[in-house]
Amino acid sequence: MRALMLNKSYFIETLKKLAAMAEENRDHLSKLDSDIGDGDHGINLTIGFREVEKQLPQLSESVTDIAELMKKVGMILLSKVGGASGPLYGSFFMKMATHIIGKQEVTFKEFCQMYQDGVEAVQIRGKAELNDKTMLDALIPGLEILKNYQEGDDLINTLENCVNEMKLGSDKTIPLMAKKGRALRLGERAVGHRDPGSESAWMIMNVFLQQLKTIS
Amino acid sequence: MKRLINDGYDVVEELLEGYCLAHSDYVELDNDCNRVIVSKKMSSEPRVRIIVGGGSGHEPAFLGYVGKDFADAAAVGNVNTSPSPEYCYAAVKAVDAGKGCLFVYGNYAGDVMNFDMAAELAAEEGIRVETVTTTDDIYSSENVQDRRGVAGNVFVFKVAGSAAAKGYDLDKVKALTQKANANTYSIGVALSSSTLPVTGEPIFDMKDGDMEVGMGIHGEPGIERTKLEKADVVVSQLIDHILADSKLKSGDEIELLINGLGGLALMDQYICYRKAHLLLAEKGIKIYKSLVGNYVTSMDMVGMSISVIKLDEELKQLLDHPCDAPYFKVAY
Repeated sequence: MRALMLNKSYFIETLKKLAAMAEENRDHLSKLDSDIGDGDHGINLTIGFREVEKQLPQLSESVTDIAELMKKVGMILLSKVGGASGPLYGSFFMKMATHIIGKQEVTFKEFCQMYQDGVEAVQIRGKAELNDKTMLDALIPGLEILKNYQEGDDLINTLENCVNEMKLGSDKTIPLMAKKGRALRLGERAVGHRDPGSESAWMIMNVFLQQLKTIS
Repeated sequence: MKRLINDGYDVVEELLEGYCLAHSDYVELDNDCNRVIVSKKMSSEPRVRIIVGGGSGHEPAFLGYVGKDFADAAAVGNVNTSPSPEYCYAAVKAVDAGKGCLFVYGNYAGDVMNFDMAAELAAEEGIRVETVTTTDDIYSSENVQDRRGVAGNVFVFKVAGSAAAKGYDLDKVKALTQKANANTYSIGVALSSSTLPVTGEPIFDMKDGDMEVGMGIHGEPGIERTKLEKADVVVSQLIDHILADSKLKSGDEIELLINGLGGLALMDQYICYRKAHLLLAEKGIKIYKSLVGNYVTSMDMVGMSISVIKLDEELKQLLDHPCDAPYFKVAY
């Protein structure tokens, strides 16, 4: 059997659903942010993904490959959102393109590489480490799963494990003091609150997972 | 919600449109980027250009300080959110005159990321951009380099603008701006949250009759929530913090700013000013000049902050240098 390929329409459908996910979870994510930050994480994601959604019909016509699509989406997020989540999620999507230039479809193995390139970009831009109470606390455990993917492994299972590990990683931010971002200044008062970036990170990858389920 | 707005997602664009219509003699929107406010009164001779910026919701910061012999441009982000690299870079392109630009903005993780990316883009184009991040909020961290920038921004911006107006080169403008920042100390108190335009909800809940010392201008929780005290008691607490941190002593000279956070009556601000002035005078600290009013706000937040800048002759001269922006004027 030919391995499942992820084509342009998989990514376009995922991006549409990301926009819907941002709207649905806007107030939830903003509430998390108001506990330890400035209360607008969900709002800022909707500002970014509304613009992505607006440009998507035109983009899906004009981009020549998946790499260009991801790069353009990253640039929209980078230019419209600002704050910390703009450069971080912007870099995440832009750098997903690194190893797939020219590709009309990617294997799941290549998708894992896209994720790895994205996470590494967040690390470089955010200069954060595991347990700093940032989105990396979800992104890094997810990466461990996808790095270990072998051809022949069940795709849905693998991505499900990835999202589950990300969720667990997000849970683990609750008892932490922050070492980056606005919550840094809170000291002990950040303890007991989930990092909003770690929550949105697993939610984003969960959209990729749900879309994968519809095509497998 | 007690905000008089249209769609919460449109507030920044509508604010900027209104601002540029109201102050069309001073500023305009950049042709290439509708999130950059550019001075119409920029010097015709090439000079170092001063670019300020940050999230929206702090009006009159930052756009109110764009004018003649002050800031040359402001990059304007979403509410409480730093401007993107695209906006910051567009500001550089709009004003650079070959002498380089200085970014001056509050020390927040998001702002640093975005302005740094813009500075990298400028460097690729051969435009030199240097940065000073403001760190005047003494209650935000023990470590000075981790501190946030709040209302003391105004002094730092003023010194940067004056240094550029005197025709100094970028290194000297930056050094003087750093000096101003190092001598500026602020601390705030909030009595309520601001209201986010998109949700119409307060960022956090605050009971009537409570106050929080150390609150950030984005509604970041402060360090301690207590029962609201009388103005004199609150001001004494804040002045004690400033004196302890700044090591100001008898004979030192300062400029004093009582800054309203957006929702506090000017009457209350002067009542606070009175006590601050008396306490500092009691300690033998000379108040050279004072500012009272809304300089760096948090939309509709009820609260105030106190900032002081410790002066020497050099800083005094720079603060006294004439300038003319819609929200800051020193007579020529």
